[in-house]
Amino acid sequence: MINLGSKLVWAAVTILGAVSLGIVALSRGETINAIWIVTAAICSYVLADRFYGRFIADKVLRLDPTRSTPAQRFNDGLDYCPTDKTVLFGHHFAAIAGAGPLVGPVLAAQMGYLPGTLWLIVGAVFAGAVQDFVVLWASVRRDGRSLGEMIRSELGEVAGTIAMIGVLIIMVILLAVLALVVVKALIHSPWATFTVAMTIPIAVLMGAYGRYVRPGRIGEMSLIGLVLLMASLVFGRHVAADLTLAPLFDYSGERLSMMLIAYGFIASVLPVWALLAPRDYLSTFLKIGTIVGLALGIFIVLPDLKMPAVTKFVDGTGPVFSGNLFPFLFITIACGAISGFHALISSGTTPKMLDNESDARMIGYGAMLMESFVAIMAMVAATTLDPGVYFALNSPAALIGTSPETAAAAISGWGFAITPEALRQVASDVGEASILSRTGGAPTLAVGMAEILSNAVGGKALMAFWYHFAILFEALFILTTIDAGTRVARFMIQDLIGTVAPAFRSTKSWTANILATAIAVSAWGYFLYQGVVDPLGGINTLWPLFGISNQMLACIALALGTVVLFKMKRERYAWVTLAPATWLGICTLTAGWQKLFSDNPAIGFLAHAEKFEASLAASQILAPAKSIADMHRIVFNDYVNATLTGILVTLVIVMAAFGGVAIWKALADPSISARESAIIPAE
Amino acid sequence: MRQTKTDSLLKFARSLAKTARLMVGVPDYDAYVAHRRSRHPGEPVMSYEDFFRERQLTRYDEGSGKINRCC
Repeated sequence: MINLGSKLVWAAVTILGAVSLGIVALSRGETINAIWIVTAAICSYVLADRFYGRFIADKVLRLDPTRSTPAQRFNDGLDYCPTDKTVLFGHHFAAIAGAGPLVGPVLAAQMGYLPGTLWLIVGAVFAGAVQDFVVLWASVRRDGRSLGEMIRSELGEVAGTIAMIGVLIIMVILLAVLALVVVKALIHSPWATFTVAMTIPIAVLMGAYGRYVRPGRIGEMSLIGLVLLMASLVFGRHVAADLTLAPLFDYSGERLSMMLIAYGFIASVLPVWALLAPRDYLSTFLKIGTIVGLALGIFIVLPDLKMPAVTKFVDGTGPVFSGNLFPFLFITIACGAISGFHALISSGTTPKMLDNESDARMIGYGAMLMESFVAIMAMVAATTLDPGVYFALNSPAALIGTSPETAAAAISGWGFAITPEALRQVASDVGEASILSRTGGAPTLAVGMAEILSNAVGGKALMAFWYHFAILFEALFILTTIDAGTRVARFMIQDLIGTVAPAFRSTKSWTANILATAIAVSAWGYFLYQGVVDPLGGINTLWPLFGISNQMLACIALALGTVVLFKMKRERYAWVTLAPATWLGICTLTAGWQKLFSDNPAIGFLAHAEKFEASLAASQILAPAKSIADMHRIVFNDYVNATLTGILVTLVIVMAAFGGVAIWKALADPSISARESAIIPAE
Repeated sequence: MRQTKTDSLLKFARSLAKTARLMVGVPDYDAYVAHRRSRHPGEPVMSYEDFFRERQLTRYDEGSGKINRCC
């Protein structure tokens, strides 16, 4: 079947991959070059797609090229339209790749490059890409139905509603944590704040152009926007240096978060053509362009990784996030390895455009491998930084203080030697007053990207420009997500309340719209504000919650896939989805359990609350709180977070039970009980 | 020889443009028109401007509650 030539090629890819992986995994004490990580990843993806992906396509899912797809049956040239597979791949990839795969790996880098890299590769191949692929296939076989609808029809009405509540929770936490990433990057940075603020008038201008001047000319709109955006990026440097202009764009985290909350409210009630759509064009194209640029940069510069393979922080004492490698690494890196959110995309617009079932492997499985590669590049960018700089950027002020001297002393004390001068130098290189405690991943990635890209183009002189470009690019698509996500959350809230009070469901009613928007914005705004004032930096608390909720959704999606396989009497292959579902279930439940009940106040919400309550009882104020009111607020937040974690853990257990019951019923039923739509031969 | 090279380059550029448009939720307009003409002869076909507005509203208006972007 396979001829000798291709056998040799695959053997060569395997050997190259194995050698690279060996170098990545086994080198200790000496710096390795990024090329080995990149090669190991690419070889793994190529092999996985060729062998595991094909195995799933042929044996497990049995893709049938002769079976018509929803795009063919319901073709309307709009939602449903058969689309060339490379074009659809681009669409799907652009929809799944966001800020997540860029942030998680940066945070995970505190444990060294090795644990994160291995999980990114193994997780994507055996969990993430499998999930995306199986959900896409299931949706294509069900007229392009959404994840919620499929769960309802295969697992029951109640399971469907529970899953939708889960989606709403993850949405709220996602918006809060992404907003927090932006706030952390903009604090007291007039240059970055100015350029990000300028995206609003630029988008409105583009929107007006595309609506009234030259309707629908996306290319022209985007080009105008891009030119203006670059102009404001260049001009931002003058704003930052100007004594009268700079204070206008110089804000504390609290102010920024209030502004962002107000922005989220206004933006999500504006007509879509005015702000959301045009900025989405800019952010989508900029995102793809930057990903390509970063890949080129890494291949041209071939940077060395300065972070050790494994740091001492695998023991859970790291400053970036608390908790041991197991389970917290697998929670911290969700997107890039496996992201439950993708299940919503794979059952969204993509299945309605699939031209042929056999394209599902390249789009479902392949696009996720590509996203994993984006995450690998983020890992490379973070670990090419001097570890001292990395920890200065990512450690909360409570641990490293607020001056380069205290930071350098603290970080050197952890064994990562760095001088205050070096920290000042990096700040001045990237055109900022300070780089300390810029947690959240975006600034770290920006410094890493600035280093790589300035080595490729422009040298030191352009480093500040590249840094602010990277911040702008992340802020741009995070703001778009906040806007779009608030709209989605509002709709879900209207839908949920509508089950009790049907009048609330009408999207024509302004009262209902405004009220639901206010609920959505205050929900994520609450967590955002809590994160901003949190002395441990917020990311420390919020990111694990986000990871747990995202992995919870992945568990649900994989459980659906497993149930469908059992119902189709393909239980001998059910391990393909059951194994990753089980692993994620173990990770989320362990992480959730530790976040709730760990005795260590740095990890357990309840232990943390108890510690502060005990001091309150003794009328003592514990740092970082500055007043009794602060103390009460910290305790209150701990209980909110604990409740939320409890809900997520319960959701996982309940959905696992629903899955178990459905599997048990399927085994007892001798017939095929999966509810696929009827087979109609392809045209 | 030269002709086919420019042809394939043009084809590549067109497919890139198509991909870029679909990335922001606008499918191929020509395919839409061809579909309307062949399957629904005599029925109205939206102009590109109307088609664009319709697509923009469908993609971003939350009315359907669909999520078209990820984290």
